Amino acid sequence: MLRFENVGLRYGMGAEIVRDLNFNIAPQSFQFLTGPSGAGKTTLLRLMLLSLRPTRGVVKIFGEDASKLDKDKITSLRRRIGVVFQDFRLLEHLTTYENVALPLRVMGRDEAGYRSEVVELLRWVGLGDRMNALPAVLSGGEKQRAAIARALIVRPELLLADEPTGNVDPAMAWRLLRLFVELHKSGTSVVIATHDLALMNQFDYARRLVVGDGRLTVFEPESP
Amino acid sequence: MTDVQALESDLPADSRLKREMPLIPTDSVAGRALVVVIAIMTFLACLTAGGALLVADASRGWRADVSQEVTIQIKPRSGEDTDAIVAKVAEIAAHANGVAEAHALSKSESERMLEPWLGQGVDLSQLPIPRLIVVRLNATSASDLEPLRAALASGAPQANLDDHRLWLSRLDTMADVIVLFAGSLFLLMIVAMATAIGFATRGAMAGNREIIEVLHFVGASDSFIAKQFQSHFLRLGLRGAAIGGASAILFFMLASLLSNWWSRSAGGEEISALFGAFTLNGIGYVSIFAICAVIAALTGFLSRTIAFSHLRTLL
Repeated sequence: MLRFENVGLRYGMGAEIVRDLNFNIAPQSFQFLTGPSGAGKTTLLRLMLLSLRPTRGVVKIFGEDASKLDKDKITSLRRRIGVVFQDFRLLEHLTTYENVALPLRVMGRDEAGYRSEVVELLRWVGLGDRMNALPAVLSGGEKQRAAIARALIVRPELLLADEPTGNVDPAMAWRLLRLFVELHKSGTSVVIATHDLALMNQFDYARRLVVGDGRLTVFEPESP
Repeated sequence: MTDVQALESDLPADSRLKREMPLIPTDSVAGRALVVVIAIMTFLACLTAGGALLVADASRGWRADVSQEVTIQIKPRSGEDTDAIVAKVAEIAAHANGVAEAHALSKSESERMLEPWLGQGVDLSQLPIPRLIVVRLNATSASDLEPLRAALASGAPQANLDDHRLWLSRLDTMADVIVLFAGSLFLLMIVAMATAIGFATRGAMAGNREIIEVLHFVGASDSFIAKQFQSHFLRLGLRGAAIGGASAILFFMLASLLSNWWSRSAGGEEISALFGAFTLNGIGYVSIFAICAVIAALTGFLSRTIAFSHLRTLL
């Protein structure tokens, strides 16, 4: 599904921020991306999302060499990826409902056709009574849930989540994680960037991709 | 009841879903400034076009008047009865093919025409003042003076026919220069406005960089995002063009009222002669609507083109 081969990235003439990245994300897999703050987790997620081009190496996504993709192809591939940003990235002038419906809207789907799906998902993440609220009046946790709902609404084949439970209480964090697990069971590959060790320990079947000093180490789960 | 209706009715009355809001925020200082710029440019463009139409109409009127009228000049010679010759030439002209009417100016009328240059009370009786016969042609034969020329050549060789060609060609040139000048001004305004739209579009893209990034991440194509900018700027363009066009229409209506009032005052006739009644006809008003529509469409088209070419450079 996603393969990195000897990937490195530098800005300008500076030193490489990440280097010699070799790993793959298999279909229907579940993994945590972890490492200390500033280690390059977000950069790695951006590379996976094709919003950064590596300065060396090969990135293959859904079987395609990312360096050979044109913009239209990148757009169509991104529609198969859901993404949750650490800073939510909700559009401030749109309501919660409109933010969550955004991926469906940009696909050109008719609003009447997706309304029930969006409302249902919003209720599921506990935002049923905040559908017309603007992000400015949502709490951090509510914004987080809206951002997650936006990523899930298209039932992506690959979900990239950057600290998705960082702003919610433990009960809601657990509920959201159950959502990711359900999504994974239905066939989605999930990559969750986090440095919450307690959270990772609850999922001992998940792979761990550990970023440190610009390199990445993969820890496969122990067999039962 | 469909599932969707059921879902809607399930919601509290005050929380009916707000949806399909523009993806580019509509209200911004830059947006309001652009509306003002477009309104001013549209107003000036409409004034230029309206002014050119007024002058073109007026010059068509002058040309029609002048081209239907020719003058026969008879220079007095000693020993000849000028009055008899004038009467004879007027008679010949009146009966020539294509002539509607021939009116010989009397000696005193001819002398009165010199008063603006020589002043009143000057005794001109000793001067050989040329005598004039004003000939009005039929509308259909205004361009064919050959029958009249032939009749004069055979019946009154001393008569000199002046068909105002020099005057007409000068009027043509002047009208063409005015229309060309107005066209150049119009083009300059369009270029200035296009530049302003270009800056505004780039500014809007810079100001909404995060929105563009999010739209890209959720799978929006460049053409989809460019279309959002087009809709945004089309709305601004329509608002600006409507304000500018309505102001121009008001201006011409007010100018028409004032010119009507003025034409009754001293000096008003000269203005009326130059600009006609200073009233736009139907074509003038249609032109203003067309200019507004073109400006709004141009605003949308330019913003889409600029946004699209900028988006192609982003990942």
